[in-house]
Order: sequence, then structure tokens, then C-alpha cells
Amino acid sequence: MLQIDTWKRVLIWLVCVTGLLMALPNAFYTRVEQSNDAKVEIELGIDTPELQAEAAQWPNWLPSSLVNLGLDLRGGAHLLAEVKVEDVYESRMEAMWPEIRDALRDERATVGTIRKQESAPDEIRVRISQPDGMSRALEVVRGLARQVQTLTGVGATDIEARAEGDTIVVQLSEAEKLASDDRTVRQALEIIRRRIDEVGTREPTIQRQGAQRILIQVPGIGSAGELKEIIGTTAQLTFNPVAGRGTDPDAVPGIGQEIVPSIDETGVYYTLESAPVVTGEELVDAQPSFDQNGRPAVSFRFNTSGARKFGDYTLENIGAPFAIVLDDEVISAPVIQSHIPGGSGIITGNFTVEESTNLAVLLRAGALPAGMEFLEERTIGPELGQDSIDAGQVATVVAFVAVLVFMGLSYGLFGVFANIALIINVGLLFGLLSLIGATLTLPGIAGIVLTVGMAVDANVLIFERIREELKSAKGPARAIELGYEKALSAILDANVTTFITAVILFAMGSGPVRGFAITLGLGILTSVFTAIFVTRLMIVMWFERRRPKMIEV
Amino acid sequence: MRLKLVPQNTSFDFFSRWKAWLGISGALMIVAFVSFMLQGLNFGIDFRGGTTIRTESAQVIDVGAYRDAIAPLELGDVSITEIFDPTFGPDQNVAMIRIQAQEGAEAVSAATVTAVEQALKAAAPDIEFASVESVGPKVSGELIQTAVIAVVLAIGAVLVYIWLRFEWQFALGAVAALVHDVILTIGIFSELQIRFDLAIIAALLTIVGYSLNDTVVVFDRVRENLRKYKKKDLKEVLNISINETLSRTVMTSVTTLLALISLYILGGDVIRGFVFAMIWGVIVGTYSSVFVASTILLWLGVKRDWSKPSNTSGNQFANIDA
Repeated sequence: MLQIDTWKRVLIWLVCVTGLLMALPNAFYTRVEQSNDAKVEIELGIDTPELQAEAAQWPNWLPSSLVNLGLDLRGGAHLLAEVKVEDVYESRMEAMWPEIRDALRDERATVGTIRKQESAPDEIRVRISQPDGMSRALEVVRGLARQVQTLTGVGATDIEARAEGDTIVVQLSEAEKLASDDRTVRQALEIIRRRIDEVGTREPTIQRQGAQRILIQVPGIGSAGELKEIIGTTAQLTFNPVAGRGTDPDAVPGIGQEIVPSIDETGVYYTLESAPVVTGEELVDAQPSFDQNGRPAVSFRFNTSGARKFGDYTLENIGAPFAIVLDDEVISAPVIQSHIPGGSGIITGNFTVEESTNLAVLLRAGALPAGMEFLEERTIGPELGQDSIDAGQVATVVAFVAVLVFMGLSYGLFGVFANIALIINVGLLFGLLSLIGATLTLPGIAGIVLTVGMAVDANVLIFERIREELKSAKGPARAIELGYEKALSAILDANVTTFITAVILFAMGSGPVRGFAITLGLGILTSVFTAIFVTRLMIVMWFERRRPKMIEV
Repeated sequence: MRLKLVPQNTSFDFFSRWKAWLGISGALMIVAFVSFMLQGLNFGIDFRGGTTIRTESAQVIDVGAYRDAIAPLELGDVSITEIFDPTFGPDQNVAMIRIQAQEGAEAVSAATVTAVEQALKAAAPDIEFASVESVGPKVSGELIQTAVIAVVLAIGAVLVYIWLRFEWQFALGAVAALVHDVILTIGIFSELQIRFDLAIIAALLTIVGYSLNDTVVVFDRVRENLRKYKKKDLKEVLNISINETLSRTVMTSVTTLLALISLYILGGDVIRGFVFAMIWGVIVGTYSSVFVASTILLWLGVKRDWSKPSNTSGNQFANIDA
């Protein structure tokens, strides 16, 4: 009656052994971690005896994936940033203006003189002196529009122009805004990733969240402030024509101009044309270097389109000053000495060597396309994380022992079977967590402890049922079989419902809560597996050897 | 000799005082609700925005000195509490400082945090900042919303699942028990003013899962016994079913509580609130699956003419074998 096919037995034990092997590296966490790090370095071509020794700490033939420790356990910084996608509308409009101006100027005969009006940053308002030419003017402006590739919008264009009296209002279309938002966030994500990689920390998490947000988690970093410095909130580099230089911060700039302070000359303010000649996005390279006087500087090179714009501008404006602007501060405003055709140049300023190196990194990584707003910042010190791990470990061990003893006392030999299954269960859980590269958080540890407590539930259900079946005196083999059969629906229903809540938690939660949902959900899977397969197999094997006439559960 | 928490055969009558049980549950729920309305919850920064700083120093903490150091910064409502925990070392003095979200600031101000840190350093030179967490009001608003949706979704999903697997009366009974557990848990957090943060939502959902686990086990037996004892009235069948599963109910609650209590005592103060919620939930959940879910089921009545033929193995999963 109590029969399990051999292939099933082999499969069950195989799953257990594989799971436990996968879990094994976690028992030697530091050693495996060092070994893994060393192997990565050796693969990169750095090969020293020390690295070899570290790599040899863990044999190659054993699995070496570890459970990632969450920020709350390892310490580190967490940032949730919102990309200010509207910034891009503004710069797009600024870039649009010269084009619109030139196009309308060509139509002077019908539209008359044109004048740019004050407006919200995400639109351009142009007044024309001959309102009769409005339809022609709109036609001209609309002619500048480009097709937008969208999933739904057929024939959508990037800008919309409409007339308000004698004023043309130009704005980005909704389709273009959506497309632009997506591009902006993806670009920002990529740039943040490159900047953090440049610093070289371990396993950073950089993820997009929702439409406009980016989640950044970097273990082992000192503070969220430090992380923000690395990301550089709005490092935007532009090259703007200089219209004037003064000392009055409140001077009224002309239309399309702005007042920008100098970075190292206090009290000096430049009046700049808002539309940049070239932006940092067109840089292809930037390196720290020294100018002819041996002072630290940054040399840079533009891509072809940037080089052309830069070349044309320098050719036409020899003798005029030209501002290099970083984050709304003028780094330097040299006078153009000659035509610079090759698209490369050098930024000088009062830099230290370190500053010039940082600036080069910043420029090379590319400017963030838009500003960022930090909605959430968390810094967890490594000591607190270690304390939490220690406390979690002690609590888990004590919980484990308490449950093992209690089960042993309550169910005797069957309790021992359940206990072995419980140990295998926790092993499998760690194996699964390592396999999928899940992150263990402090609530995650709580999830494991809870699993330890609840995992025995399935076994309890079965054992209680076997006890009941024994009362109706059907003989031990039949009682065991019936016990398993009848307890199954309760086990499945009970665990499916708990699993549903774990899935919802995973879907809705974030960070630590998600870590809890993962351990809870996987814990349910492993505990059901161990209860209905592993303990059953153990009981059957025991039964086959002993053939007891009576059993006591 | 085996340890037996529950005697072999019990025949308690769980419904002799069902009005009293429902009355007690109802009264507790009203207390919880009133407490929630009157003093609300002690929301952590996850839900109302602001900054918490956890400090550690070897020196004994002088809350007054900390308060005086921060006061000149004019940050509004600042609460400073010293934390005591058996897991701390002898020279480990820990305090939690909570600063409310600053007026008008959508994002978190790094300058504020730096200013507070410097002020505290001046007051206690060896102070260290074990963790600094800030949440802007924009996110905290969304977190509340998500949390409420998560709990409602979980209860809804469970309602549907039980409805599909059992009958609608069972689903209503189970959900009544869940709502009872959730309200009582929120109630005790309000009553004791324990900090209510994102992790507590996770605990709430776990309680939902646990309580359900218990309820489902009882209901499963009720379903089976309804087929077995076709002549007995519902009350009797319910009583038999609860008595039959009583030993299991107690065993599982005890093992879970054993695990949770060790975590409560030894797991450190960071997750103590979370574990407390779960301990409370296990107790309330065990109670509710017997005294709320089953009582509601009794009250609603169950359709007895099972169209499905009764088979001895009792369920459709029975042909799975190992």
C-alpha cells in the first residue's frame, strides 16, 4: 500500500541534495564572497598570488552563488529619485527658438516682424506684427514639426502650434512629451549607472520605478549624501554665447537671455544667451589634462555634429567671449582666439587636479538630461546591519531549536522525521534564494523564522490525521496512507491562500517588505514540498524496514 | 510519553455562548475603532514623511541635551526617544530622533539632515549615526495608498478563492474573521501607540494569511463532515469539526508562537514592532477562526444538498501521491 516508485524516491532526494548544495555557500559567507570577488578580478586580467589564494578559498566545482544581503543588513544607501522630465521640455523649446525665428524671418513679407514673448518654460510665444499672415506663419512653424514614432499615434508630430490673437504658441505635443519622458528617464538611468560603475561599488541596484522614478541602492557606501554627490544632481554642461558681464545679480536680462553667476569670481555675473551653442550631450570624450601654464584643466572632444556647430560658431565669433556653463554656473568665459575646427578644446579654470579629474568623469559620463528630485533617502550604517544579522541569526537558531524540541516531544519518532524535513526545508529555502539571486532583508529573516514556525503545520495536519485514522483501527499502513490523503486538501487550501497574500505583498511592496514576501512565498513552496514528499518518503522508508504492527504518532 | 497540549478526544461546545463571543469581538472592534478615531496611529515616516535618525554613542544619552541641541534649528515637531534592548552591548546607547516633514519641501533636504547631525555632534562628540532615513511627503502619501490597496486586494483575492473552493457562506465567514483580525491589530497599534510603518503592513498581510490558514483548515474539515454526517445539524457538525482539528490548531499556533517569541526577544529592536504585530495576529487569528469564522458560518447556514457525490477520500486532490 505504501509505495513510492524508485524514480520518485531518487528525484525527491536529488532535489533535496541539490537544494542543500545550493544553500551551502551561505554557510561560509565571507569566504565565498572573497573567493567570488577574487575570481572576478582574475577574469579581468589582474592576477596576483594573493588573489589566487583568495580565489582558492572556495573550490570551483561547488556552487558559489550567495543570497544577496539587503541594505538593512549590509549597510549602504538608498535613494528614490524623480526625474524632472519637464526640464527637457524647456531645453527643447530653447533649442527650437532659433529654428522658428529663422523660418519666420524668411516669411517677413507676409508675417511682418516677429518678437518673442515672455512665456511658461515649456512653450514659445511669438508675436507677429501682421496678424493677417497668421495662417501662413502657423503653416511655416508646423512645417518644422517632425514625425514621432509611437505605438498608437499615427502621424503624430513632435510640436503643436496654435494661434492666440496675434501670437503663435508653440508647444511639444502630448505624444512627443510621452516619448520624451521615456527617453529622458532611460537616459538618466543609464548615466546614473555609468557614474556609479565608475566609482566601482559592489552590486548596486539601479531600477526604473513607474514612469518617472529611479530607485538606486548601493551597498557599502557611506551615506545617501555621498551617493547623491556621485550621481551629481544636475550636472548639465553647456556652451553659451556671452552677451555681457557685470556685478549685478538682479540685472534684467533681455528676452532669451539669463543671468548666471561665475563659479570662482565672487560677485561676477554673466549675461548669457539661453540657447546654448553646444551641450554636454555632444561630448564624446573628456580627460583631465594641463593647460600651457601647467595648471589643471579638462580637455574635451565633440562628436561630429557638435564639432560642426562649435566650429561654425567659433569661426563667426572670433574675439567674442564664450561661456562654459556647468550647472548654471560659469566655469570660465574665455575669448575665442581663433576658429576651432576639430571639435576639441580645453576647459581651464581655477581647478585643483582632483577637481579637474572629477569634472572629466562627470563630463565623460554625460550630463543628466534633467534635474532630479529625491523623494526618499535612507542610509544604514554597516554596524547596524551587522547587529541585525547577528540578532537575526541568534533568534533563528533559538526558534529552530525550540520548534525541533517541541515537535520531538509531541510526535516522537514522527516528530524527528518532521524535524529532519524542517532542516531540509530551511536548506532548500536558502538554496532557492541563492539560485534566483534574491535579496535577504531583515523582515526577510523574520519571514524565515515565521516559515520555521509555520512549516511544521503541514506535518502537524498529517500527523493529527494519522492519529485520528489510527483510532478507527485500520492498521498502521492504511492509517498513514489515509492521513496523507485526507490532510492534502486542507494543506493545499491553507497554503494557497497564504501564498496569495505573499504574491500580493511582493507585487505591492518595495524594498524590505518585498524581501519578506519572497522568503514567505518560497518558504510556503518548500514547506509543502518537504511535508508531502520528503517526510512521506522518510516514513515510508522507515515503515518498509521495520514493518511495525503498531505505530504511535 | 508524548507531550499533549490538547487531550485526545475533546467535545467542547464552542457555540453554547456564541452570542457572548461575538459580543466580545464586537466590543473589541468598537474599542479599536474608537481608539483609531480618537488618537489615530503613531505613523512612522514611511506614511507621514519626515526623517528618522538612529544614533549610537558610548556615552549615556541625555535626551534633554539632544533636544536643546536641535531646538535652535526650528524643525517643528521633533521626538527623541531612547531605546533599550537586551541585545545591545554595555556601551551601546541608542536613541531615535524623528523630525517631521518640513513645510513646503516636496523632497528631502540634505541640508537639514547635515545641520541636525552637526548639532548632535556638538552635544555628544562620540555620537554615531547608525541610520538616517528620510521620506518625502509625496512618497509617503503613495505608500499609504498602496498599503491600503494591498490589504484590500489580499482580502478580496482570498474571498474569491474560498468562494470557488467552498461556498459563499464560508467565504463570508473567513473574510469576517480576517476583517476582525485586521481591525483588532490596527486597534492595538493605535491603543498602545506603537510605531506603524511599512513593515507593519507586511505583518498585517501575514496575519491575513495565517488567520486564513487556520480558518481554511477548520472549514475543510467542516466540508468533509457535512458529507459524512448528513443527518446532524450544522451546529453539531461545526462542533465536531472544530474539536477534531483543535489539536492541530493549538500545535501550529504554539510552534509559530515559539518561533515568533524567540524573534521578539532576541531579534533586536528594529523589527520588534513587526514581530509584535505577528504575535498578536497569531493569537487573534487562532481565536477568530473558531469564534468568528465558524460562528458566522453557523449564522448564515450552509446549503446541505451537495450535488457532488460524496467520496470517501473527500476531495479532488486526493489522487496526488508521492
